[in-house]
Amino acid sequence: MDVTFKIKRFNPETDDAEHWESYPLEVDPKDRVLDSLLKIKRTLDGTLTFRYSCAHGVCGSDGMMINGINQLACQVLNQDLKSDTIKIEPMKGYTVLKDLVVDFDPFFESLEKVKPYLINDELPPSRERLQSIEERARFDDTTKCILCGICTTSCPSFWANGQYLGPAAIVNAHRFIFDSRDRGAQERLEILNDRDGVWRCHTIFNCTDACPREINVTQAIAEVKNAITFHKV
Amino acid sequence: MVHKFDVVIVGAGGAGLRAALEASESANVAVISKLYPVRSHTGAAQGGIGAALGNHEQDRWEWHMYDTVKGSDYLGDQDAIEILCKEAVDAILEMEHFGLPFSRTEDGKIAQRQFGGHTSNYGGKAVRRACYSADRTGHMILHTLYEKCMERHVRFYNEFHVADVIIEDNVCRGVAALEIKTGEIHIFQAKAVLFATGGYGRAFKITSNAHAYTGDGMAIVFRRGIPLEDMEFVQFHPTGLWRLGILITEGARGEGGILRNKDGERFMERYAPSIKDLAPRDLVSRAIYDELQAGRGIDGKDYVHLDLTHLDPGQLEEKLPDVLFFARTYLAVDPLAEPIPVQPTCHYAMGGIPTNVDGQVVADFRNTPVDGLYAAGEVACVSVHGANRLGTNSLLDLVVFGRRAGNHMARFANSTDFARLPETPVQSLRERIRQIKESTGNENPLDIRTELRNNMMDLVSVYRSGETLTKMKDILTDLKDRYQNISIMDKGNIFNTDVLDAIELGYLLDFSSAIVDSALAREESRGAHFRDDFQNRDDENWLKHTLAYLRDDGTVELDYKPVSITQFEPKERKY
Repeated sequence: MDVTFKIKRFNPETDDAEHWESYPLEVDPKDRVLDSLLKIKRTLDGTLTFRYSCAHGVCGSDGMMINGINQLACQVLNQDLKSDTIKIEPMKGYTVLKDLVVDFDPFFESLEKVKPYLINDELPPSRERLQSIEERARFDDTTKCILCGICTTSCPSFWANGQYLGPAAIVNAHRFIFDSRDRGAQERLEILNDRDGVWRCHTIFNCTDACPREINVTQAIAEVKNAITFHKV
Repeated sequence: MVHKFDVVIVGAGGAGLRAALEASESANVAVISKLYPVRSHTGAAQGGIGAALGNHEQDRWEWHMYDTVKGSDYLGDQDAIEILCKEAVDAILEMEHFGLPFSRTEDGKIAQRQFGGHTSNYGGKAVRRACYSADRTGHMILHTLYEKCMERHVRFYNEFHVADVIIEDNVCRGVAALEIKTGEIHIFQAKAVLFATGGYGRAFKITSNAHAYTGDGMAIVFRRGIPLEDMEFVQFHPTGLWRLGILITEGARGEGGILRNKDGERFMERYAPSIKDLAPRDLVSRAIYDELQAGRGIDGKDYVHLDLTHLDPGQLEEKLPDVLFFARTYLAVDPLAEPIPVQPTCHYAMGGIPTNVDGQVVADFRNTPVDGLYAAGEVACVSVHGANRLGTNSLLDLVVFGRRAGNHMARFANSTDFARLPETPVQSLRERIRQIKESTGNENPLDIRTELRNNMMDLVSVYRSGETLTKMKDILTDLKDRYQNISIMDKGNIFNTDVLDAIELGYLLDFSSAIVDSALAREESRGAHFRDDFQNRDDENWLKHTLAYLRDDGTVELDYKPVSITQFEPKERKY
């Protein structure tokens, strides 16, 4: 099928401002959008710049806005878009470094603030810590996060205020708050009980709709809000 | 800019992060990655990590060791395999204590499943040894280690592309890296450098490996006189999604999945009567190729079926959710209702940078260490995988030998001073980048890459022969010539991935020579290396490791070293 890719470009070394460029391309409908971008880069315009690695939706490198929706370019097939024009822009909310590449350092800085690691000072047993199947299921959904940033950069509250920790950080806090082996829930809840924590979430659901791992992000945030409100995990 | 750290770790996957955690207990550590750490390919591993925990049934590390030795077709070093299997139990429990969210048994222990080649009682019935977290085990390992590194405040240099190693007088002094965001070259001076950069599947057309898997670490040290060991052993995983190569875990067969040909026949019964679909990967991949060759591919095409339709849908959704998602997303196939089209996919490098059991790189047949140079994980060859790796042993390799390397590096760094840097440590890298940017040749790097990958797939994959390997050797000579005449479009400094692509293409060409020359010389069939013209294993002449050296004129010179055999004498390998 013939498709026109309209891609928002910006090269800080040569451009004053972002601009659109069009690339007509014959593509296999079953190919991934990422395959098409690589074809453009390697046959039409070597300066086109984007991140990618695993090419099957597990590493989280190639989040971008495709026809207005944040998606992983390796998880969308050309035919899924049902359009002969495919518009691609960088994810919103972070500084564009070049073309589709945004500065991800602030994303990881927000993540780090919520202490996303198992906190437990007790001496571990000689074998594994026991955890029932039900206890493990309690936080299963949020263990799936690949830190691609798609939820956070889909969130209007984050667009409005970059200080907001964002859904991805809250998802990763949730993963530990509800882990029966963890003892750090209270410190995390105090961090999240803040103007720039969970209370900036206005349950718009963009994050949940966009998550390429199908995590129910809004529900995870609601569970954290409840834990703060009712002092109960 | 020059940075100075006791320990510099190149690569932020499982091995690099595990080493970083260990080394940072007593040394000043920096981790350099060309990606962000959580993008590393460890995260794509699915089915499990092996350890004889015995959570469902009796298991012993000695049985794990026997299976690994036999799986390696007796080429694995048994002293190293003993360490791998013995330390496995502790290494897995430690990962659990770090917070890794394993799936659980009814009584709350780490859940385990069956995997290819894992048996009880020295080759008896299949045993549940693969510790798992649904089909996201690698993801959980990667994230857990990264989380612990954050807690430990390990210093990360993300999106720095290491492109050279500084070795003089058999002492490693650091690495040179390109900061992707700025194009600036940085020197990382170090007492100890660990390469943990993973494998090289991107040299083959069909691969489960990430685009980043371009054999960087192997090629970088190869160019600096360090040999590559056992490069002829390239693992093809039997079940990659058709055409795409995306991994469908062996855990799918561990949970009861069955391979079928166009007649619906469970053909593995003919190839491995005792453990059938759970035979090791080299055997199953060859069986699939044989079925295709005999005209029993589905619809006359180059794939067979992986059938999960007889299994409980609820269990599948719980235990293999990502596998179901991949089949649905990429092939529009719902595995609950119809079988998944699969074909062998280039998956894992058994060979790599030779190391001892402490991760020290050893540069000759006498196993002489290079001071301050280390390797761990897929980039390394300890060798615990020999001629064929068993499923679940790669993740295990990362945590066991990552930990050991980290420990040794910290001790080494604390007992030595910084070695002097040469006067112009980055001149050759600067020159390489300048050449790539300024070259105005008429070769498109894409054409070279495509020809390389197609031909490696056709000529150097599951079946090889003197004829196909000689042909590939000639093709490589031609491609390397043409590589000198490439030109690229992006001449800038900031985030110039065009340059990085070209640098990586140079790596692909170089280590591919090591694969091809090593394979051409080995006139026998062993594990993943099967020669049509030498179909039997030949212990008398070939029970030895290959060492491939890159000479200044670009040719490869081969040497050999003995295999460590401690407990299990080689015998015929049957399943």
